[in-house]
Amino acid sequence: MSDQILQLDKVLKTYGNYAAVNHVSFDVPKGSIFGLLGPNGAGKTSLIRIITTITRADSGSVLLDGEPLNSRHPEVIGYMPEERGLYKKMKVGEHLLYLAQLKGLSKQQAQQALNFWMERFDIRDWWNKKVEELSKGMQQKIQFIATVLHKPKLLILDEPFSGLDPINTNLIKDEIYQLQKQGVSILFSTHRMEQVEEICERIVLINKGSVILEGNVQQIKNRFKEHRFQIDYEGELPADFEAQMAVVSHKPGSVMVQVAEGSRPNDLLQYFIQRGLQVRAFQELLPSLNEIFIRQVGISNEAAK
Amino acid sequence: MKKLGIIIKREYLTRVTRRSFLIATFLTPLGFALLFVVVGVIFAYKSDDVRKVAIIDYDQILSGSIKDEKNLYFTFVDKSLDEMRQGLKEAGFDGILVLPKIKEITDKRYTVYYYADKPPTPDIELAIKERLGTAMREYKINALQLDRRQLEALDTRIELDPEPLAEKDGEKVKDASVFTSAIASGIGFLMGIIMYMAVFIYGVMIMRSVMEEKTTRIVEVMISSVRPFEMMLGKIIGVGAVGLTQFAIWAILIPLISSGASLLFNVDMSQMNSASAQAAAEVDPDDIQAMIALGMQELANQNWWFMLPAFVVYFLGGYLLYASLFAAVGSAMSDDLGEGQSLTLPITIPVLLAFYIMIAVIQAPNSSLAVWSSIFPLFSPIVMPARLAFEPPLWEVILSMVLLIATAIFFVWLSARIYRVGILMYGKKVTLKELGKWMFYRD
Repeated sequence: MSDQILQLDKVLKTYGNYAAVNHVSFDVPKGSIFGLLGPNGAGKTSLIRIITTITRADSGSVLLDGEPLNSRHPEVIGYMPEERGLYKKMKVGEHLLYLAQLKGLSKQQAQQALNFWMERFDIRDWWNKKVEELSKGMQQKIQFIATVLHKPKLLILDEPFSGLDPINTNLIKDEIYQLQKQGVSILFSTHRMEQVEEICERIVLINKGSVILEGNVQQIKNRFKEHRFQIDYEGELPADFEAQMAVVSHKPGSVMVQVAEGSRPNDLLQYFIQRGLQVRAFQELLPSLNEIFIRQVGISNEAAK
Repeated sequence: MKKLGIIIKREYLTRVTRRSFLIATFLTPLGFALLFVVVGVIFAYKSDDVRKVAIIDYDQILSGSIKDEKNLYFTFVDKSLDEMRQGLKEAGFDGILVLPKIKEITDKRYTVYYYADKPPTPDIELAIKERLGTAMREYKINALQLDRRQLEALDTRIELDPEPLAEKDGEKVKDASVFTSAIASGIGFLMGIIMYMAVFIYGVMIMRSVMEEKTTRIVEVMISSVRPFEMMLGKIIGVGAVGLTQFAIWAILIPLISSGASLLFNVDMSQMNSASAQAAAEVDPDDIQAMIALGMQELANQNWWFMLPAFVVYFLGGYLLYASLFAAVGSAMSDDLGEGQSLTLPITIPVLLAFYIMIAVIQAPNSSLAVWSSIFPLFSPIVMPARLAFEPPLWEVILSMVLLIATAIFFVWLSARIYRVGILMYGKKVTLKELGKWMFYRD
C-alpha cells in the first residue's frame, strides 16, 4: 500500500503530432482533495480519461493505490465528467440502479446504497420520476449520486458545481468534505479558482499538456508572494511616507506597500506604531490562485512561442 | 461479461416496454388484417353502374341469346341503326352494339361497333369481347362444319414435372412436383424480404440510439464504467433481441388476426385469387383443390430442418454485420440527421443491391450471379436465404456461412474501433475518410 492514491510518471498521450498530455508527472496523496487546473484545452480531460482507463497512455506509468492501472480499477473510481448526461426516458431509480450495477454492485448492494443517498438528499419521491422531468440542478444531484454510489476510493469531479445554485453548491460541497473524512481521495478539476482555493490542499497546473506548477496551495501562494502588506490605520501618514516606502496603492485610511525581500513584517508595523498611527488591520497580501494561474499560463504560453 | 448482460437487459427492456414498441408490434398485424379485408372487399366489388345495351345482330351470330352480366343487360332489337339512334335514351338504353355481317368466315378479325355517349368502360368491353368470342367460335364451328371433339383435343395444358435423374432402390429420392419452384420462390422471397426489413428497421434503430447517447452525453458517464465495445455490443444484441421478439409476435399474430378477420368479414379468398389470377377461372374447382393439396404437400416436403437453422444463421450474421456498421456511423454523427446521409449511403447501397439481386435470383437461382452474390458476405444474408429452398450445393452454403460469420466478426471489431473514437468526438463534421483514420487510432 502506498501513501499516494495516484502516482503519475511521465505520462504521454499524443493524437497525431499533437501531445495532449506531455510527460506529466505528479502524485495525489491519499485522502486529499487535489486540484487539477488548467485553461481550456490544456489536456485535463485527456489526462482524466487516462486515469479512468477510458484511454491508454502512449508511455509513462499511472499507479492507482500502488498498482498499475487495470480493468478492475473503474470500479474503485467515481468519475463525474464535465459533459454529462443521463438517459432521459429512464426513471431516476432504475437509472441509478443501472449505473451502480455497471460499477460492479449487486442489485441488493445498489439498492441499499441508493436508499441511503436518496434519503440523504431527501429525494425519495423522485424514484419513479423520469429523468427528463427533472431540472438541470436536480439532474446534477442524480449525477453526483451516480458517481459515489459504489463507494469509490478515488473520486474525479470535473466542474462538479457548474449549473448549480449556491444552496445546492454548498450541499454538494459538504458531501465532498464528508466523503474526504471517510478517506476518499478527490481529484477536482475546474477553472473556478476561488473554489480551488477554498477546497483543495494541493494542486497541479497544466497548460498545453505539460505541468507548469505543482504543490501545496499555501506554499504555492507563498512562493509567488510579492511581499505586499495592507495596513488600515487612523491618523495622518508622514509627508515623506511615499519617499520611504514602495506604495502600491493608497486610499484614505488604507495603504498597500511592497517591502524588500527578507525584511520583517514587524519592522513595517514598528514604523506605523512609532509614528503614532493607530493600526486597525495589518495583513500580508498573498496573490490569489487566479492571479498565479493567469500569470503562469501567460509565461508558459510565451515560452512556447 | 456480466456488465454486457446488464447492458443487454437495459437495451431490451427499455425498448420492449416503450409505448411506441407496443403500438407498432400490436397494431401492425391489425393493419395487415385491415389491409386483407379491404383488399378482399375491393376485389369483390363489381361495377354498380347499371348499363342497358341494345344489340343489332345482322347475321344472327348470337342466334338471339346472350347472357346478362350483373348490372349489364343486353336486348336484341330488330330496328335499324338509324332508327335506334333516335330516342335511344327514351327507349331506356345506354348504348347500341352493332354486329355487322361477316364477309369471310375464315377472317381472324371481326370488328363490332358500340354507339354511345361515352366509350365503354373496361369491364363492359371485357364482358362483350368474352361473350362474342365464345359465340363466334360456336358460329364458326357450325359454319365450317368442324368436329367439336377433335377441336377440343387441340387445347392441351402442358405440365412440367421435374423428376430425379438417379433412381436408387430402398433410398427415397425426393421427387419434385410441378409446384416445387413456385413454392421455393415464394419461400425465398419471404425470407429475403424479412432479412431486408430486419436490417433496415433495427439497423437504423441502433444508429439513432447511438447518436442519442452521444448527444445527451450519457456516453461520457458510461465509458468510465464499461468499455465502449461492451456498450456497442450490448446495444446490438439488445436491439436484436427486440427484433426477434417483434418478429415472433408478428409470426403468431399476423396469420391469426388475418384469418380471424377474413372469417369475421366473410371475405371469400377464392374470389380474391380468381380475380387476380385469370388462369384460375379456366381451371375447374377440382383442379384447384388438387393444386392446393399439392402445394401444401410441397411445403411439407421442404427441408425445414435445414432451412430454418440456416435462416437463423444468416439472420444473425447479416444483422450483426449491418447493425455494427450502423452503430459505427451513429457514433460519428452529430445531432444533425441530415448530415449523416453521406455516411449511411455506403451501408444502404449494398442492402438495396442485395435486395434487387435477391429478386433476380429467385427467377434463376443457379445463375452465376446467384452463386457469387450468395457467397459475397455483404449480399449473402439477403440472397442466400432466398436460394435455400432451391437446394443449392452444400459447399456453397457452408462457404457463404463461414465467410459471413468471419466478416460479421471482422465488421464488429472494425466498427468498435470507429465507435470508441466517434462517441467522444464532438462538433466536427465527419467524413468517410476520417472514419477510416479512426480505425487506426490507438486506445
